[in-house]
Amino acid sequence: MPSFVITEKCDGCKGGEKTACEYICPNDLMVLEPNTMKAYNQEPDQCWECFSCVKICPTQAIEVRGYSDFVPLGSSIYPMLGTEDVMWTCKFRNGQVKRFKFPIRTTPEGDANAYEDLKGKDLESDLLATEEADGYQVPKPQATA
Amino acid sequence: MALPNKPKGERKAVRDPEVEEREVDVLIVGGGMAACGSAFEIKKWADNESVLLVDKAALERSGAVAQGLSAINTYLGDNTPDDYVRMVRNDLMGIVREDLIFDLGCHVDDSVHLFEEWGLPVWKKSPEGKNLDGKKGLKQGTLKSGAQPVRTGKWQIMINGESYKRIVAEAAKKALGEDNILERVFIVELLLDKNRDNQISGAVGFSVRENKVYIIKAKTMMVACGGAVNIYQPRSVGEGKGRAWYPVWNSGSTYTLCMKVGAELSMMENRFTPARFKDGYGPVGAWFLLFKAKALNGLGEAYVNSEAAQKELENYAPYGKAAITPTCLRNHLMLFEMKEGRGPIIMDTVTALAELGKSLDKKELKHLESEAWEDFLDMTCGQANLWCATNTEPEKKNSEIMPTEPYLLGSHSGCCGFWVSGPDYDWVPDAFKIKADNGKIYNRMTTVNGLFSSGDGVGCSGHKFSSGSHAEGRMAAKQMVRYAKDHSDFTPELPLGKDEIVDMVYKPVRTYMDNYEYTTAEDINPNYIKPEGMMYRLMKATHEYGAGTATFYETTNKNLEIVMDMLEVMREDCEMLAAGDLHELMRAWEIYHRIWTVESHLRHIQFRKETRYPGFYYQADYPNQDDENWFCFSNSKYDPKEQKWDVFKRDYIQIIPSA
Repeated sequence: MPSFVITEKCDGCKGGEKTACEYICPNDLMVLEPNTMKAYNQEPDQCWECFSCVKICPTQAIEVRGYSDFVPLGSSIYPMLGTEDVMWTCKFRNGQVKRFKFPIRTTPEGDANAYEDLKGKDLESDLLATEEADGYQVPKPQATA
Repeated sequence: MALPNKPKGERKAVRDPEVEEREVDVLIVGGGMAACGSAFEIKKWADNESVLLVDKAALERSGAVAQGLSAINTYLGDNTPDDYVRMVRNDLMGIVREDLIFDLGCHVDDSVHLFEEWGLPVWKKSPEGKNLDGKKGLKQGTLKSGAQPVRTGKWQIMINGESYKRIVAEAAKKALGEDNILERVFIVELLLDKNRDNQISGAVGFSVRENKVYIIKAKTMMVACGGAVNIYQPRSVGEGKGRAWYPVWNSGSTYTLCMKVGAELSMMENRFTPARFKDGYGPVGAWFLLFKAKALNGLGEAYVNSEAAQKELENYAPYGKAAITPTCLRNHLMLFEMKEGRGPIIMDTVTALAELGKSLDKKELKHLESEAWEDFLDMTCGQANLWCATNTEPEKKNSEIMPTEPYLLGSHSGCCGFWVSGPDYDWVPDAFKIKADNGKIYNRMTTVNGLFSSGDGVGCSGHKFSSGSHAEGRMAAKQMVRYAKDHSDFTPELPLGKDEIVDMVYKPVRTYMDNYEYTTAEDINPNYIKPEGMMYRLMKATHEYGAGTATFYETTNKNLEIVMDMLEVMREDCEMLAAGDLHELMRAWEIYHRIWTVESHLRHIQFRKETRYPGFYYQADYPNQDDENWFCFSNSKYDPKEQKWDVFKRDYIQIIPSA
């Protein structure tokens, strides 16, 4: 199900530091065409339909069209990614629409505790740094064969 | 196509790239869950040691979890590591490294607790036994503080995992520091040290964003860049070949990079052909385990419970008769129905939801429907669209399931990868401890001094999944710091000069430039082959001869002989791979990595004269399990000096007794 870019909506992220879709695509598929300053999917048959580009696009210019070799036309699914939730709109071929909202994160973006000040003590033990700080004891097999 | 003929991509390659040389103590190759685990852990042990992480993509959405996940498949909670070993051992038909699995089971929960602390929403059980999503469940407290997760099986817990990778990457980046991360750089070869025998000394690669070759020296490194996908012809061969079950960008780099410097491989014959919703490859786990759906054959029979199926499972006792049927045997039963003319296989979602609906009110039923859709939307969005496009509402219409094309991996229900050292505990057999040059044991080190792996790269120990891969990356990180400190006097020296390295990395670009003007169409030229053409050649060969879907995963001695010859020729032709732009240069090196990886897979299948994993593959000349001769690891090692392969047995040693 390759991603596609709507010509009119794509502004090439002119105002941003980086072209968002190009930055994020895990398979290096999204590229900017320098003359028109618009992005496109350069290798649609290598698209994993991960929706990373769809979710990150600041102008909602990217959508996904089902793989031509097995997906009938007429449906779409579209995510709106917020800071705490994602809202999906799923349109069926027969016109039915379903909407789903799921949590994505319980902390503010950027707040993940990386334990930057935590220093491990015993390099010869098999404890991970947070385990060591917690006083964790590594279990042994209850019995061996 | 308009003449004159010219390169197609947006980032044109040049003949002579810029070169950037770096020297660090520790190098992390990869950006997925394992590499993010290493990035999080390593500075907590390093003092002055320098660390660099190199990712082919962007850490925020790279690796197998890029799209998200709807469950964490390994969380021990109240279970014991002993039982975890027993489960993995049974699923993988007996031959596993119990030291590695037990060890992982001791540490995996710590990573899950961190994910939750960082903001990953984890479903909880309410005191009344209801399922609460990760937001509503916050009131129950954290898993670490004793809150109960929503289990779908004994080992899995449900999450709202759309942003799983973003959260894990955020912590990794903060812990390691953005300055110590190189994104969009693809490592293509590792190098051994010029002076010290069997010691890793560096890695070389290139930027897929600018014409620049990277030469990075390191005392020690971890390679964890996932498994191998698009190595067999997928069931969808048009646009749909991107819809692989495992991430399509996993190109076997982990295996090829390390095997080429002599790291010993183990159980490379093992593969994974998961049964998933047909074409969309959406997950089935929640349907079987959470919604209690049954698989039916084309006649509408729940074939798994049939007398014939139960009898078939008895042939594979004790594995076949265990409480949880091994993944390969579940496939085996499915294939049996299909071959007997009783296909296709159908997931009976209608009955399952109707049954569940009997005890639910309207609101709860709505929530159940939402859960069913989230399972896809969190990790396989395209399957949700396929349902929409085919007007499939699971409560009204059933869906087909089907085993996929083969994948190679070591972290899911598969166990191919490197033979690495276990931990240095007294209960671990000496045969599982690899001594480094200084006589010390470094957990998760391969047979090459200073070279570590984790996640999909570590063999004989499947069922790590996302959480276990993260934990394993952390374990390896600590050991790499230890290795770097113990080898503070070692200064890595590369065996190749700068120009030789650039010649090697940019060879496909030069081949292209030297030849493309000869014809009027750049893809068709007798003097080179484009990576895309080579990819189809590989897929066709494996599909037809190497136990692909074309033959219901069956191969024979003669077929293997033929395909091994074909692979040798493919490797020769790889010398003529051509790339006109940087994206294509990435594809050129990826297909090269895939070919080496597949060759080792088939070499192992050739070696193991039995069918250990019916349902994953069948060696028709040896259709049964042969415990007497083959209850052992099959290992292989490439000698980089002699350029020769050695394939051999290593003893299986049971550590954890049967329950």
